Amino acid sequence: MEKTEVQVPLREEVGTGYAGRVFRRIQTVIDDTGGQSGALVRVLQQAQGLVGYLPSPVLKTISRDLSIPLSEVYGIVSFYHFFTIVPRGKHVIQVCLGTSCYVKGGEKLLGVLKKTYGLEPGGITPDRKFSLETVRCLGCCGLSPVVAIGDDVYRKVRPSDMPDILSSYR
Amino acid sequence: MVKPLASAEELVSLRDRVLKELAERGNKTQVKVHLGTCGISSGANKVLSAFLREVAARGLSNVLVLKAACIGLCGREPVVTVVHPGDGKVVYSDLTEDMVPRIVEQHLVRGDAVREWAVDPDAPLLKLQEIRVMRNQDLDPMNIEEYISRDGYQALAKVLFDMKPEEVLEEVKKSGLRGRGGAGFPTATKWGFVRSAPGDEKYIVCNGDEGDPGAYMNRAVLEGNPHSVIEGMAIGAFAIGNVRQGYAYVRAEYPLAIETLSHAIAQAREHGLLGENILGSSFNFSLDIFPGAGAFVCGEETALLGSIEGRRGNPRQRPPFPANKGLFGKPTTINNVETWSDIPSIILRGADWFASVGTQQSKGTKTLCLVGKVNNTGLFEVPLGTSLRTIVFDIGGGIPEGKKFKGVQIGGPSGGCIPAKHVDTPVDYEAVTALGAIMGSGGLIVMDEDSCMVDVAKFFLGFTQDESCGKCTPCRAGIPKMLETLTKVSRGRGTMEDLDLLADLGEMMTSLSLCGLGQTAANPVLTTVRHFREEYEAHIIDKRCPAGVCRSLVAWHALEDRCLPCLEAVAGYEAGGYESLKAVLPELVPERLAEGIRASGCALDLARFSLIVPARNKSCTKCPPCRLGTAQMVRILDDIAAGNGSPEMLDQLVELSETMMLASECPVGKTAPEVVLFTLGHFRDHYEAHLLEGRCPSGTCGGALAYHTTCPLRTGMLVQSR
Repeated sequence: MEKTEVQVPLREEVGTGYAGRVFRRIQTVIDDTGGQSGALVRVLQQAQGLVGYLPSPVLKTISRDLSIPLSEVYGIVSFYHFFTIVPRGKHVIQVCLGTSCYVKGGEKLLGVLKKTYGLEPGGITPDRKFSLETVRCLGCCGLSPVVAIGDDVYRKVRPSDMPDILSSYR
Repeated sequence: MVKPLASAEELVSLRDRVLKELAERGNKTQVKVHLGTCGISSGANKVLSAFLREVAARGLSNVLVLKAACIGLCGREPVVTVVHPGDGKVVYSDLTEDMVPRIVEQHLVRGDAVREWAVDPDAPLLKLQEIRVMRNQDLDPMNIEEYISRDGYQALAKVLFDMKPEEVLEEVKKSGLRGRGGAGFPTATKWGFVRSAPGDEKYIVCNGDEGDPGAYMNRAVLEGNPHSVIEGMAIGAFAIGNVRQGYAYVRAEYPLAIETLSHAIAQAREHGLLGENILGSSFNFSLDIFPGAGAFVCGEETALLGSIEGRRGNPRQRPPFPANKGLFGKPTTINNVETWSDIPSIILRGADWFASVGTQQSKGTKTLCLVGKVNNTGLFEVPLGTSLRTIVFDIGGGIPEGKKFKGVQIGGPSGGCIPAKHVDTPVDYEAVTALGAIMGSGGLIVMDEDSCMVDVAKFFLGFTQDESCGKCTPCRAGIPKMLETLTKVSRGRGTMEDLDLLADLGEMMTSLSLCGLGQTAANPVLTTVRHFREEYEAHIIDKRCPAGVCRSLVAWHALEDRCLPCLEAVAGYEAGGYESLKAVLPELVPERLAEGIRASGCALDLARFSLIVPARNKSCTKCPPCRLGTAQMVRILDDIAAGNGSPEMLDQLVELSETMMLASECPVGKTAPEVVLFTLGHFRDHYEAHLLEGRCPSGTCGGALAYHTTCPLRTGMLVQSR
């Protein structure tokens, strides 16, 4: 079987296109931390903020520039829920399944998303508009069940409300 | 650019200046819109702009529309407080944009509060609280001057210029303050360990990785009173000594809290209250935020430290404790957000004031998040030692829809369930621990009769299974084994030995796990088995779920918000006519029913089938009329069909039907006998043929349980339920 190797551009060779600009900004983030020992999680957070997810070239760049083995970087990325190595949709739907939301029917909301949009937790719509995640408590338990789309939090969501909520993001 | 405050006197004069400005403001009517995460998600920003618009449109120059933090009435957001000079304050809840013009017209212009939208100021909800940690929630959290006006940072000035570190430590010790994040370890003792640890570089950390589902008091404090946390940490740094750097670890799920705290830190730095030479003294202390990345185990202190160091959040072996070898290998103290927030008032008002409420062992107040099946959900602050009854029934306003109170889960996935019979338990560290739960961060999840305790225990174990870091075996292997056993029980395949197995596994995990997550993960199971044993037995022996939650023991449709009366019987006889019938469900359609009977030939057989569905698959087995009624009716109909019937049985059928229709809890039970009654009324001759002549008029009834059906739904159901 042929081995495919993801090419990571050298610092000097980063292009001027969109990808190049993103890489340059990630490298600025890395340089700003000045090799602090706590840098990795922060760098990953900011890189994900820039790219939307953490594809392999980004991880390799970070691994090389911080001199941390790729396996260790991957260990961190897979440990924290916040990080993802698969693309996210333009809008990330987070359905809360914390205790209060679970007790009040958060799971039914997942059912609607699956039935109507074919979205499974961790999945994404074919047009990449929406991706779905479940979270353990958004800290809005007084308003459960809660759904967050991007930075907007929706309260006391009923299954029948979902289509209206999503259509406002179309 | 603000000039940094260079002395305690400058802080006092700034306070006085702000107070004067605020006093001027006091002559005006203030409209405070509470903008916490809850409020914003409920549309508080729209309410805010509606107020601004209305006030501007009417040119009301004596009205100020202000932003404030969340006051904890989370279930009733958006909330607005109107402070009228000389007239006290009125709290409006559940506001919408459309309600704003009337409030502006009636209250702001004419000075007559809209009582029907206001929260009753004498309501126990407000009366029974003791507001201390949340004392500044009516201020704008983005404005440090408002905090300073409430004697903010005066406690810091006091320790810097008038107190020795030992005196600070002594004062905190005297107050009896215990950690607000979990186990309730005395704060002063913790600080003392770090103070006496050798080393000239030490750290303090604020644990804001509030991961317990159902608890969000730390979010509210960080969003609403961030400066109290900063001030508390600076005082702690002074008391411990040799601390120049602190970290606030805030979970990534709280963007607004991170934003507010960052802003507050920047403002404090600008004002010379953080950084070098604080207030002109020789004391230096910096504070940085470290946003978490979504891992529950990072609430455990050694895992949290690992996370700040940029590693996986795996807990590590203790000893060495963080007090000796913590962040970057230096002595470190880690306290919860609320603990830090308690410090300034202890210093300023004294240990005695702090200890004036609470119990012998647990002093002060605690913020509690009351959520779940309770009328007033939200964040409330009460003295420690307040009974659960007061919290759930007086402050919480009881259980919605007149349902029965079953218990309270306290302390999240590490805590346990306190049953209704212990409702008079005082909520303090000792009493809660005695019942097998822990105080945790103070999340209270109220359960009513519709909550199944096996399911709740399963839910929490599912949570801890996801969140276990996998480092130590008891936790990594123990939780899945427990979960597997619980799942077995919830599917009706458990045995009584399984309960012993659960207890054994729980004990093993509690004593052998490396960190708090594994040591407490079994608590929800152990407490539910201890306090709700009868519910486990119902699942194991009777194969039923009394609350009607466990899917395998309950009809699938009862979970989908719709109830089909047993008309697929007709559909079955019509061979595929189900689709057309679905349109008219759930009403009973006599014409179609009669049609179905004519097609099948025997009314009795149809009636029998119409019951077999609820009896076998649909009844959720919660209420006896439905559970026992359907079974009894099927038995009678079987007897009649097999030729063993007697005429009295027809009366019994009518009687049973009436009981079920009257006494069943949901439409499944109420409608189950409809087909039987219909056939008894219209096709009595079919029954009589079986009873008197011992024959089936159409030859359908060959023997018991020979049901004729091709109903697609029924076949589907049989697959689902097994």
